[in-house]
Amino acid sequence: MPGKSRKVISSMSRRSAAALAASASLALLATACTGSSEAGAHDDPNARSTITFWHGWSAPAEVKAIQANVDAFEKAHPNITVKVVGNINDDKLNQALRAGGSNGPDVVSSFTTSNVGKFCSSGAFLDLKPFIEKSKLDLGKLIPKPMLDYTQFEGTRCALPLLGDAYGLYYDKDAFEKAGIESPPKTWSEFAKVAKKLTKTKGDGYEQLGFMPTYHGYETVVDHYMAQWDHAYFGHDGKSSVAKDPAFAEMFTYQKKLVDDLGGFTRLEKYRNTFGDEWGAKHPFHTGQVAMQLDGEWRLGMAKDAGADFEIGTAPMPVADDEVDEYGKGFLSGTIIGIAPRSEKQNAAWELVKYLTTDTAAVVSFANAIHNVPSTFEALKSPDLKVEPGFKTFLDIAQNPHSNTPPASVNGSTYQTTLQDFGFQYESGKVTDLKAGLEKTARQIDRDIEQAK
Amino acid sequence: MATHTLRAKRRRSALRTVAFLSPWLIGFGVFFAYPLVSTVYFSLMKYDGFGTPVFRGLDNWSYVFQDYPMFWPALRNTLWLVLVMVTCRVVFGLGVGLLITKIKTGVGVFRTLFYLPYLAPPVAATLAFVFLLNPGTGPVNSVLGDLGLPAPGWFTDPAWSKPALTALALWGVGDLMVIFMAALLDVPKEQYEAAELDGASAWKRFRYVTLPNISPIVMFAVVTGVIQTMQYYTQPLVAGKVASGVIGGSGQQFEPGYPDKSTLTLPQLVYNLGFQRFDYGSACVVALVLFALAMAFTALLMRRRGGLIQAGD
Repeated sequence: MPGKSRKVISSMSRRSAAALAASASLALLATACTGSSEAGAHDDPNARSTITFWHGWSAPAEVKAIQANVDAFEKAHPNITVKVVGNINDDKLNQALRAGGSNGPDVVSSFTTSNVGKFCSSGAFLDLKPFIEKSKLDLGKLIPKPMLDYTQFEGTRCALPLLGDAYGLYYDKDAFEKAGIESPPKTWSEFAKVAKKLTKTKGDGYEQLGFMPTYHGYETVVDHYMAQWDHAYFGHDGKSSVAKDPAFAEMFTYQKKLVDDLGGFTRLEKYRNTFGDEWGAKHPFHTGQVAMQLDGEWRLGMAKDAGADFEIGTAPMPVADDEVDEYGKGFLSGTIIGIAPRSEKQNAAWELVKYLTTDTAAVVSFANAIHNVPSTFEALKSPDLKVEPGFKTFLDIAQNPHSNTPPASVNGSTYQTTLQDFGFQYESGKVTDLKAGLEKTARQIDRDIEQAK
Repeated sequence: MATHTLRAKRRRSALRTVAFLSPWLIGFGVFFAYPLVSTVYFSLMKYDGFGTPVFRGLDNWSYVFQDYPMFWPALRNTLWLVLVMVTCRVVFGLGVGLLITKIKTGVGVFRTLFYLPYLAPPVAATLAFVFLLNPGTGPVNSVLGDLGLPAPGWFTDPAWSKPALTALALWGVGDLMVIFMAALLDVPKEQYEAAELDGASAWKRFRYVTLPNISPIVMFAVVTGVIQTMQYYTQPLVAGKVASGVIGGSGQQFEPGYPDKSTLTLPQLVYNLGFQRFDYGSACVVALVLFALAMAFTALLMRRRGGLIQAGD
């Protein structure tokens, strides 16, 4: 009997090993099954057709808002029916774009601005140039420059902005008043003083933290900080300049000092673990656990909805002490929208893309509904745009000529993740030699880009 | 004439054999041979899933082994999990199985209690563990604090994240418990009686009666455990993401392996490289490493198994 069992087990093990090999390799099976033909823009946009639009919004109010815009589009284009599919993230999108097929999307959108380089260079999103020329759109007159910049890569415009996000400073006005602080800080040195003044310790934790500076403090990531320094991620030769541009060393040094001054990495991380979810009602800014927060324009509505019981102030994030003339700028990003290269109804798809991104009424109504920043000049000036007092800050940041976003790269956000990874090492004290660390990071970024080309 | 008839007979026989084997041959070809050959082929190509593959020799291999900073931490983590998690699961599963076969009352209740966690969806189970082991608000650290014991950072501490994943795996040990119980109940009673008559202690009865009888099942548990651990993806990914605070906001950067790459595993790299960075070539290299490791572990265990059983026989 044991002998028989041994045979069974032996056979099962071999099968299991074979199963592993199959599963480890199956991930790549799909690659061999993909075609490479493009459908081309040969469809008649006036013919009766149904197109599929994939987007990432999932909250009921957001889904309702995008559906209202699509309904308005269908009314204006009665020959085109739009099938809307929501809650699509980049992973699902990538797979669908590769697979194509009749059930695939025609119009696609993504929240990940930093993936534009990957989308444009790989052909995952169709080049929109022929459509823009055919429609005689002068994008420079329609859309603010930073938004135009982050929707193209090395001259290939494969996307357009569908509303934008601007990042600024949220602060608890009541806490400011109690601490005797009259106005939001404009420079990073002022900011450090304010953050310390607002911090109240309790045992080995905090009763209130002025600001959570660690790179895991939700939106306090490296590229959001860097937006407040005059910087360049890449040199003219396309090589990483994080080790050469002094702005990076300044930012890392400043952030590390702030971490140390506010209690040190370990203590801050322990406190961070008591925070609620970034997208839930128990966000630390809502609950008063932190008195200041770097965040996008959506936080205003979320904080109010969560019942924050203090007066909320908004302002641009501070700038470097020697760059005061650029105060008012901030980090920008936003939703991007484009056309799937395997779509067989590209002209009809373009009609929807054009409508959602350039029709003033559509842009304004959508911005009002989901509390995002409009992505056209006309919409930003529109009298129909609902501008609450705190929201105007973000509209101004979006239009500030110094506002910025990291440049698109052929491997998407990989270089930002690499830099962020170095940030984790440096803030926690695992790496202490900043110069050597940044040089190593720059070499890694260049190698990753070389690999992706 | 006779030779001709013989040849025809042999040909018919060969065709019949192939016909009978064809379902397996097709399955083997489609689900094993073709993907494996494709993986080797694409590991030598630059391919992003959209354009035409371009030959680049061993560049992907040198990138993964020399320049991809996540590969070696992921390999170390995977090996750690294979050695520690698999061993702990087998020992714990066997221990629970032994315990349940020995108890006289409430067997059904205990069996259900130990088996139920195995049925919990991996994502939900991982979320629950991250919540329970949250160093700031989790009940586990509150209890440890009340008892005056040090409270680890669990999923937020690189030194504790893999032990925390192991604890999660032990919680869901119901599958092994069931197969060990079946094996233990199958051990002939008379062998225990004979051993007792010879004055064998409990340990000697376990060592010389129980273990040899259940060794094929132990080997099955180890081999399948190694293979499952090589494919370990969901739990470390979810734990890392939730503990880091990044749970999928708009356009947030993916940061696998939180904290400090300590929860990175090789399958995460296959996904990250292939489906997020569009670098199919490098993803294939990692997949092949995974395949080679699984084959090596299986071969090693199969060789060791003979020795184990001989010692017990």
